[in-house]
Amino acid sequence: MRQDNVIKAILMAVAFSAILGLVLITVFIFKEGMPIILRIGGREFFLSSDWDPRAGRFGIFSMICGSMMVTAGAMVIGISFSLGLAIVLTQFSPPRLTAVLKPVIELLAGIPSVVYGFMGVVTLVPLIRIHLGGPGLSVLAASIVLGIMVLPTVTSIAVDALNAVPRPYWEGSIALGATRWQTTHMVMLRAARSGIVAAIILGMGRAVGETMAVIMVAGNTPAIPHGLLDPVRTLTANIALEMGYAAGDHRRALFATGVTLFVFIMVLNSIALVVSRRGARRTGAP
Amino acid sequence: MRLPPVAAERIVLIVLWTIAAITVGVLLFIIAFILAHGLPHVTWRFLTDSPESMGREGGIFPMIVATGMVAGLAVLIAAPIGVATAIYLTEYTRETRVTAVIRFGADCLAGIPSIIYGLFGFVFFAITLGLGLSVISGALTLSLMVLPTIVRTSEEAIRAVPYAYREVSYGLGSTRWQMVTHVVLRSALPGIATGVVLSLARSIEETAVVMLTAGSALRLPTSLYHSSRTLSLHFYILSREGISMSMAYATASVLVLVVLGINLVAYWLMRRFVASGGIR
Amino acid sequence: MNAKRMCFTVFTVKSGLSAWLMALAGLTCAGCSREDGGTVNVIGSTSIQPFAEHLAQVYGKKHPGERVEVQGGGSTAGLQAVANGLAHIGTCSRSLSDEEARQFTPIVIARDGVAIVVNPANPVNNLTLEQLRGIFSGRFKNWKDVGGRDEAIRPITREEGSGTRESFVHLVMGPEKISREALVQESNGAVKELVKGNPAAIGYMSLGLVDKGLKPLNVDGVEPKTEHVLSGKYTLARPLLFVTKGPPTPKAQKFIDFVLSPEGQKMLEGEGLIRAK
Repeated sequence: MRQDNVIKAILMAVAFSAILGLVLITVFIFKEGMPIILRIGGREFFLSSDWDPRAGRFGIFSMICGSMMVTAGAMVIGISFSLGLAIVLTQFSPPRLTAVLKPVIELLAGIPSVVYGFMGVVTLVPLIRIHLGGPGLSVLAASIVLGIMVLPTVTSIAVDALNAVPRPYWEGSIALGATRWQTTHMVMLRAARSGIVAAIILGMGRAVGETMAVIMVAGNTPAIPHGLLDPVRTLTANIALEMGYAAGDHRRALFATGVTLFVFIMVLNSIALVVSRRGARRTGAP
Repeated sequence: MRLPPVAAERIVLIVLWTIAAITVGVLLFIIAFILAHGLPHVTWRFLTDSPESMGREGGIFPMIVATGMVAGLAVLIAAPIGVATAIYLTEYTRETRVTAVIRFGADCLAGIPSIIYGLFGFVFFAITLGLGLSVISGALTLSLMVLPTIVRTSEEAIRAVPYAYREVSYGLGSTRWQMVTHVVLRSALPGIATGVVLSLARSIEETAVVMLTAGSALRLPTSLYHSSRTLSLHFYILSREGISMSMAYATASVLVLVVLGINLVAYWLMRRFVASGGIR
Repeated sequence: MNAKRMCFTVFTVKSGLSAWLMALAGLTCAGCSREDGGTVNVIGSTSIQPFAEHLAQVYGKKHPGERVEVQGGGSTAGLQAVANGLAHIGTCSRSLSDEEARQFTPIVIARDGVAIVVNPANPVNNLTLEQLRGIFSGRFKNWKDVGGRDEAIRPITREEGSGTRESFVHLVMGPEKISREALVQESNGAVKELVKGNPAAIGYMSLGLVDKGLKPLNVDGVEPKTEHVLSGKYTLARPLLFVTKGPPTPKAQKFIDFVLSPEGQKMLEGEGLIRAK
């Protein structure tokens, strides 16, 4: 028994120090970032699009717009492709093909983000510049690259959600004479709705957080983009580009940008949690 | 216009299979493109030489070592701590609000953009603690980054072990610790290992964080305090600056093969986890 | 060894190792920063980076055991690094401001021109300072406004902390600001790649780093050649600095001496820079 108590004490110490470390990060980021938000005022910081560190002006609205536009674009592509893939994998694909397709999609998650960015620069950006106009480095390029990058995440969670729908739902619908597609969109998707929404939300979180690939294909201009073909700067790119030489208030403003991202992810995760819990209760799935 | 259901299904199937084909196509295109341009340049000398003239010639040996040191150390630090934390949270505490909060916090921290960890590591490890731009700064920052993920995946794996296993173990007279190591961990090991292996892959491909904490020096790091350049950062710099496209492709090939290999290992481990009766 | 003992052993070994590593990191945390193994950290300007890297390589061969690590980040990042203790030497491709000159000690290691580069397919060969100002501030939006084709101009600028950008603003822009619509790239190499790939692009970069895939423009009729920079006819020139906080450490001083020596200066000249003298 004594051995058990000793071990429990050790494990508790380790667990607490791990949790402490993670709390430290959170506290650190907020401690560095909050004061300047409070000092400049929320309206100036979040709603002004005047980002001019040398003149002491820290309005991140352009970057917020940038992140939102790029994420929205990524989700359009991500959702349509991921849902399509998830439906194919769970409802229409013979098991042997599924066994091949699933690892292939998971392999997509294995390609480093810098490689995605590079491929975007080499193939996508010139295509956009020559055929669609603009400098090529654009919201569109970033959206496409990010959309491909969040595919594996959203697909696998959506697949799990669809697989968790109890079999009787499917069988009952087919027994009533519905086609597979009718069953899918009238029964299965509706039943798995909360899981799919959770998948989309988590995909959004990943898209917002991506840095390197976006820096390579987005153009990084600190102005609000007016269209898909305009260059854009996201919140993450802003931090990465300026961290090296920022000092004093400028660095604090970058931490404040970090706080913004942190809070945004927390909100997203909360929504995902509530949605999936509500869904689980409804279908009785685990 | 209402289409008859059978026709509607046919159209939908065409659309869906096209989507699947495009996805597979994109993946194969990317891998084929990189490997086709890069593999011809991946020679034994490439893997064992040091870079010359900013990376235009020579090899990537210091980068391979640097990647191994930074990512390996990060996982070496984070894995035992993360697994121990997961064990403590699931086996040694009751399910309370505190544990729910911890779980939520870990989920959030796992989802936070990596650049924020880079920010923290740069200011805290490199500057405040005086570790400078070095392997150790990078490793410590990366270990913090993957810690939440390891805690969560280990926790899920441990919780998936059927309660009956634990009851049987107690019934045979084991202590809690014996039960944890011989029964729970044995069953959960593939799931835990998957999480650890995926964290290793993430550490290897992470670029923004190492740029800010481990720096980008070209020399072979022979001490934890030396700055060094990881494979992904080297590829980024080579391709961005147009220093040498052939070297860039070759570096990318090595990087892609390594990360893909690690992901395949993780996938195989996951299959074993499910097969051994782990979860659903 | 049966399975259960293996499992227990593995776990114990892992925890032990981890504890050891944490202890190692913790112990060596204190007092570990700059004086480790005598590495000289050189951080800063991306313009100076390739040259400094080459110098470091040659220096390392001449003096085995001396280790110099060179990194980029930008001129202001270099100054920050020196202030923070991350670097022994910061590199800066512009003159220091008065406030900076109070904090740091600059040493001129070379001089360099700022080249205005366009894509080789661009028919324009010469621009006046006034036209340059107009292009980068966004007043001129089309190449035909300055004697070129009917195509939208794509100005490319560096990030705020870049010494090259600072020098460009100081030498060309005067009171006007660079347009916010200009594409931002974070190094000379990135600017180079973008201009090489886009026929409508125009950017500025270190003269010493211009290569065959680019077309450097004449400014006010003066060709961007080394002799014109030396004589002062080509006005876009800036000093390249090694910057320290107070007197350099002995090892840093040795490297600085090497860079300023005839051998070091000859190397820099050979690569397209201009000697410090």
